[in-house]
Amino acid sequence: MSAIANATVAEGHHGHDDHGHHHKETFITKYIFSQDHKMIAKQFLITGLIMGTIGILMSILFRIQIAWPEESFKVFEFFLGEKYATDGVMNPDAYLALVTIHGTIMVFFVLTAGLSGTFSNLLIPLQIGARDMASGFLNMVSYWLFFISSVIMLSSLFVESGPASAGWTIYPPLSALPEAIPGSGTGMTLWLVSMAIFIAQSLIGSLNYIVTVLNLRTNGMSMTRLPLTIWALFVTAIIGVVSFPVLLSAALMLIMDRSFGTSFFLSDIYIKGEVLAHQGGSPVLFEHLFWFLGHPEVYIVILPALGITSEIIATNSRKPIFGYRAMVASILAIAFLSTIVWGHHMFVSGMNPFLGSVFTFTTLLIAIPSAVKAFNYITTLWKGNLQMNPGMLFSIGLVSTFITGGLTGIILGDSTLDINVHDTYFVIAHFHLVMGISALYGLFAGVYHWFPKMFGRMMNKNLGYIHFWVTAIGAYGVFFPMHFIGMAGLPRRYYTNTNFPYFDDLADTNVLITVFAIITACVQLVFIYNFISSIFYGKKATQNPWSSNTLEWTTPVEHIHGNWPGEIPSVYRWSYDYSKLNEDETDYVIPGQDFVPQNVPLQKNEEELNH
Amino acid sequence: MTVFLIIVVIALLGITFWQMSKILKLSKSSSSDDSQVATDKDNKNQAYIMLGFVIFFYVFMFYNFWNYSKFYLPEAASAHGSEYDTLMFISIGLIMVVQVITQFLLHYFAYKYKGEKGKKALFFADNDKLEFIWTIIPVIVLAGLIIYGLFTWSDIMNVDEDEDVMVVEIYAYQFGWKARYSGQDNTLGKANVRFIEGVNTLGIDKSDSYAKDDKIASELHLPVDKTVLFKFRSQDVLHSAYFPFFRAQMNVVPGMITQFSFTPTITSKDMKNSEYMVDKVREINEIRKDKSKELMAKGDLALDPYEFEYYLLCNKICGVSHYNMQMKIVVEEEEDFNKWITEQESFGETMAKQEENK
Repeated sequence: MSAIANATVAEGHHGHDDHGHHHKETFITKYIFSQDHKMIAKQFLITGLIMGTIGILMSILFRIQIAWPEESFKVFEFFLGEKYATDGVMNPDAYLALVTIHGTIMVFFVLTAGLSGTFSNLLIPLQIGARDMASGFLNMVSYWLFFISSVIMLSSLFVESGPASAGWTIYPPLSALPEAIPGSGTGMTLWLVSMAIFIAQSLIGSLNYIVTVLNLRTNGMSMTRLPLTIWALFVTAIIGVVSFPVLLSAALMLIMDRSFGTSFFLSDIYIKGEVLAHQGGSPVLFEHLFWFLGHPEVYIVILPALGITSEIIATNSRKPIFGYRAMVASILAIAFLSTIVWGHHMFVSGMNPFLGSVFTFTTLLIAIPSAVKAFNYITTLWKGNLQMNPGMLFSIGLVSTFITGGLTGIILGDSTLDINVHDTYFVIAHFHLVMGISALYGLFAGVYHWFPKMFGRMMNKNLGYIHFWVTAIGAYGVFFPMHFIGMAGLPRRYYTNTNFPYFDDLADTNVLITVFAIITACVQLVFIYNFISSIFYGKKATQNPWSSNTLEWTTPVEHIHGNWPGEIPSVYRWSYDYSKLNEDETDYVIPGQDFVPQNVPLQKNEEELNH
Repeated sequence: MTVFLIIVVIALLGITFWQMSKILKLSKSSSSDDSQVATDKDNKNQAYIMLGFVIFFYVFMFYNFWNYSKFYLPEAASAHGSEYDTLMFISIGLIMVVQVITQFLLHYFAYKYKGEKGKKALFFADNDKLEFIWTIIPVIVLAGLIIYGLFTWSDIMNVDEDEDVMVVEIYAYQFGWKARYSGQDNTLGKANVRFIEGVNTLGIDKSDSYAKDDKIASELHLPVDKTVLFKFRSQDVLHSAYFPFFRAQMNVVPGMITQFSFTPTITSKDMKNSEYMVDKVREINEIRKDKSKELMAKGDLALDPYEFEYYLLCNKICGVSHYNMQMKIVVEEEEDFNKWITEQESFGETMAKQEENK
């Protein structure tokens, strides 16, 4: 740590009324109903990881069924019980419920709340130089609403008619009519209630993040000096505020249709020998409302991961992120475009083909800022001094899967090509790589990188390496062959493919995919072991283990309420002055140290950049 | 085969756990002076693994293309299908070029610029020219793709109603399909679920004179080289009518009528005898034979040998039996089709019969 950086922090005097002396904290105010953003971040992370474990376990269960259809497995009997796995054979209800809840949990509970909830809470105050979030209380409410919605979602697994099983997109009428599928009974009601609470949680959180970033930046922290993590989290929060309310309205209308006899989404339905009274609604309306959130949602998932990656790649390359302004511009462009591309999920929904053309156009536009980001990451690595910490490996892995998955988006975003691969395994391969695996890599990268900040200890790097390499091979092993299965026209959400002998020759590939999936899932246990044991027995962290420039590393290792013991540090530069040379190019700006933290004033022998 | 695979999985899992326990041991013993931050040695090791990984990845991609390209559907059996396939191949070619180059650069840089103590990274924060280049290249390429794609899209989706097209209704319900031919007048009779009663399972309006000559079938027969305009109607939930061999798909939405039109160009017979399909069916039947042996050993019935037929399948989750909602499609010469269609009973006849029975 540089002497100068320390001096700036230590200079501060105890002039702060609120944070100088602490109230005595009880166990409950410190660990449970905490209003401290660092504790709330940990709560989000741990809840997210638990939900993630459940979500991944579900995927393994249904992958086993796809690979060995209708065979008996003890593991089914154990997890699903006699009713859903009679004699150990998974039944179709259970299969559809598993894919539905897997999707819901992974998209919302792990990759939205677990990823952006964790890192927005942890990093926004620390990296902008704030004592805490604008409203600690709302922040606490946000976590507890998330907790309640998680509990409701999990409780729906235990209701008699089974959990929601109409797919995570819950298109009515299937999701509206218990006559159509058993999961649309109590299970669906709980799903909707859980999601409504989840949305409230997300909105409260997002508003808090936006207000905090706009108002609580420390002295000198202009918007153009913000680390890219903050830009990404800030823009993510804005997208959330714009789009989540629309899903709430869709959920409320669906609740009305289900329980109060309205006909927003239902019309002309004959089911179980009876004509329903509903008249005049349209499921296509629901699809529009759903995807108006649903598409921005994938950027809500991926942008924080990209922000985390930007920070980690720059730090570990010992280089400034290449094209900071272009990176910010791409984040903004992606955010804007993300709200006008939802129709590409609906090319064959029966909407006007002209609309399809418009959405093809906007969708393919979004490839441009995404490409710029990918190229900038690669250029950041170029001529760097790469420190291969586990966080760095996951960040490089993210760029790799983001490219692989993003490229197939060019096929799916093209309305013409979508016709024949729509809703096939090609789509599954695409979105799992581009937002599922990529965002998970972002989550892992963030955990490895900021673990010292969260828990004051280091995670074991060798276990991190094992975790990364097995996951990297496994993830491609699962999702690369899946494209080809989709190309064969195999639809998603099929309980078994044996009713179409045409698909018989895909069976071996499906087995291969499942084997890779099982291995990949198992290696996550290494991560969990590493995570838990490092919390208690990890090596004690130093104040700035990765020699990073951002403000969070100027806080003491032991957490204190208010983050900095003295005054909040002032900021004099952007966060990417890595390996910057002095004007004579004889040495680094600070001799012998290849980084200049943000709180170090401009040096005499230093050229000023416009940041 | 399956048993073998299960054994492989278990063996691999065993190896995984064994390796993990070894690593745990290793990681514990060496923790005396380890800061858990990557050292030069780690950087070097990880860089080499990175190189190994990208080689694995390239080999794996190649293996996939080599082995699994055959999964791609046979030559399109519809007029617009060949346009679709051309666009698909151009797009795949393009994205694979980008994929190969960018993945190489990413992993190669990660290998080449591995960290060493004392090495200076290049302070390289901005370059407008580079940014411009890699903004403009995707713009040009995508503009080309968008324009090409949109022309194809409007070709496929715009139906010229004046043209000589045959109107056929595809009716979806949990869990099956029906086809309704519009008869001599080429106009479908009005229909609504509220008319469903007894033998009138499709809810056709008896009082509509256009309905009399409509013909309902459980198999979809189509004359070759004749443009067909499909009108889709659902009785209960969302379905999606997916005709993979014709590169056609449209959702079936309760409460509204959606449409899609295509011209079948290859008869079922020709498709069955195509080189692609002969090979494919032979391979599938070998797999089925092996499986039958396994089944019979367990005392179950053997599988029937497979013969290719076009099919229509449901591609939008629609309930418990979604995975088995299909209809056979037969594309045949016009005279064969005419013969078949005259054998079908018309809606008027069906209703008359029912009246008599009362």
